[in-house]
Amino acid sequence: MSEGLLGSELFRLILGLVIVLAFSQLNALFLVWLERKVSGHIQLRPGPMEVGPHGLLQTIIDGVKLVGKELIMPLKADRKLFFLAPVLVFTPVLVGFLVLPFGPGLIIHDMNVGVLLVFAFSTITVLAILTGGWASNNKYALLGAVRSVAQNVAYEIPLLLAVMSVVLMVHSLSFSQIVASQKTVWFVFIQPLACLIYLIAATAETNRAPFDIPEAESELVAGFHTEYGGMGFGLFFLAEYTNMFIVCAVATSLFFGGWNGPFGISLGIPGVFWFLIKTYFLIFVIMWVRWTFPRVRFDQLMNFSWKVLIPLSLVNLVITAIVVKII
Amino acid sequence: METSGLNFILQAAFWVTVALTVAGASIAVFPRNILYNVLGLALALTGIAGFYLFLGSLFVALMQLLIYVGAICIAIVFAIMLSRPLHMEALPRPRAKVWLGILGSAVFFIGAVSVALKTKWLPAAGHVYNSSQWSVQNIGNALLTRYELVFEVISLVLLVAIIGAVITAGFSRRISS
Repeated sequence: MSEGLLGSELFRLILGLVIVLAFSQLNALFLVWLERKVSGHIQLRPGPMEVGPHGLLQTIIDGVKLVGKELIMPLKADRKLFFLAPVLVFTPVLVGFLVLPFGPGLIIHDMNVGVLLVFAFSTITVLAILTGGWASNNKYALLGAVRSVAQNVAYEIPLLLAVMSVVLMVHSLSFSQIVASQKTVWFVFIQPLACLIYLIAATAETNRAPFDIPEAESELVAGFHTEYGGMGFGLFFLAEYTNMFIVCAVATSLFFGGWNGPFGISLGIPGVFWFLIKTYFLIFVIMWVRWTFPRVRFDQLMNFSWKVLIPLSLVNLVITAIVVKII
Repeated sequence: METSGLNFILQAAFWVTVALTVAGASIAVFPRNILYNVLGLALALTGIAGFYLFLGSLFVALMQLLIYVGAICIAIVFAIMLSRPLHMEALPRPRAKVWLGILGSAVFFIGAVSVALKTKWLPAAGHVYNSSQWSVQNIGNALLTRYELVFEVISLVLLVAIIGAVITAGFSRRISS
C-alpha cells in the first residue's frame, strides 16, 4: 500500500472499521433469517416465506420495525446504566473483528497478541449483560444477569485453556501465524479434544442453547433483556449474533485451518471463501444444536464445566506441553 | 508525517486515560450503589490497562484487561449477591471503618509516591511503539528466570486461596446438611 496522507496503517484501521460495521449488520440480518429457517425446517415447517424469496427480506422488515419503536424505560430503572448496557455490549464485538484473519493479508491489524485481544475484550460482554440486568430493576432480568455472570466465569476457563494448547503448539498468539501453521494439517485432527472443549465453551459463552439459561424464556420471561424493547433489544440481539460469528471465526482460525483448504488442497477457491464457508458451517452447527437439545439445568451446567471440562482441558494442556517439549 | 500533531494527540489521549482512571476510581469509592462501585472499578482498571499501552506493552495491557476487568471485577460481582437490596435504606457508613480506609490508602499512597520519586525516570519516547523490550517472549523469559521466585510465591498464594475456598465451602455445606 502506498504511503498515504495519514500513513497506510491508520487508513487501513478506519476503512476496516467501516467495513466491519457494515458487515456486522448484514451478517446479523442473514443469521437471524438463517436461524428462523433452520428452526423451521427442523420443526417440519418452512419458516419465514412471505417477504422476498424464501423470506430473505423478513429480517430487514423486522429491523425497520425495531428501529421505529419507542424506547420504553421502566419507571424505577436506573436511567444511565439502562442505556449504557446496550452500547457497552457492542464494543467487544467490534474490537474482535480487528484481528480476525479473513484471508492471507486480509486482516485489519495483524498484531502478535491477536488471540489475547479477542478474549480480553469478550469479558466486557458479561459486564454489559450484568449492567443491563441490574439497571432494569426487574427480578427476572437480575436473575438472568447473575446467571450469565456465573456461567461466563465457569466457561471462560476451559475456553482459554483449550486455546492455550493451540498457542503452545504454534508458539505464537498471532492469528495469521496460527493459520499459516495449519497449511497441511488442521489442528482439529491434532487437538480434537481442545476443539470440542472450545466449541462447547464457546456455545456457553455466547449464551446459546443448550446453555441459554441467562435468557431461559420458559422460566425467566426473556432473562437479562426482559425490560428492553425497540433498538435496546435490537442491539443485544445484534451483539449476540455478531458474537456467534466471532466465536465461530476464531474456531475456524484456531482449529479448522482458517483460509486454508483441507490438507493443502485449495481447489482454486480464494482463501476468504474457505474462511467464510467454514465459519458459516460452524454457525449452522451451533444453530442445529440449539434446536436439537433441551436446555440444561443450572447445576448440570456448573458441574459440567467445573468437574468435566476444566480437568479435561488441564490434562490436555499438560500433555500438549510435554509432547511439544519432546518433539 | 507531522510529529507535533501526533504528539499532541498522544498527549491528549494520555490525559483522557488519566481522567478516566481517576473518575473510575472515585466512582468505585463514593456512590452507595454497589453496582456503580464495581463498574467504576472496572473503568479504573481499564484505564490502567491504557497506561500499560502507553508504556509500550500491549501484552501486559491485555492481561490487565483479561485478569482484572474480566476476572476480578466479575468475582466481585458475586459479592453483590450478598449485598442488601437497593430499595432498602442504606445504613450510614461506620466512622471507624472510613478512617481505617483512609489510613490504609494514605500509607499506600505515601509508599507509592516515595518509590516514584526515588526512581530515576528515563525518557522512553524512542521505543514506545515498536518496543521489543516488553514482548511476550521477553516477559516470559523474565518470569521464568529472574522473577521465578516471585512467580512461584504468587502461584503458592493462589493455591492457598483455592484450598481455603474449597475447605470453607465444604465445611459450610457439611454444617447445613
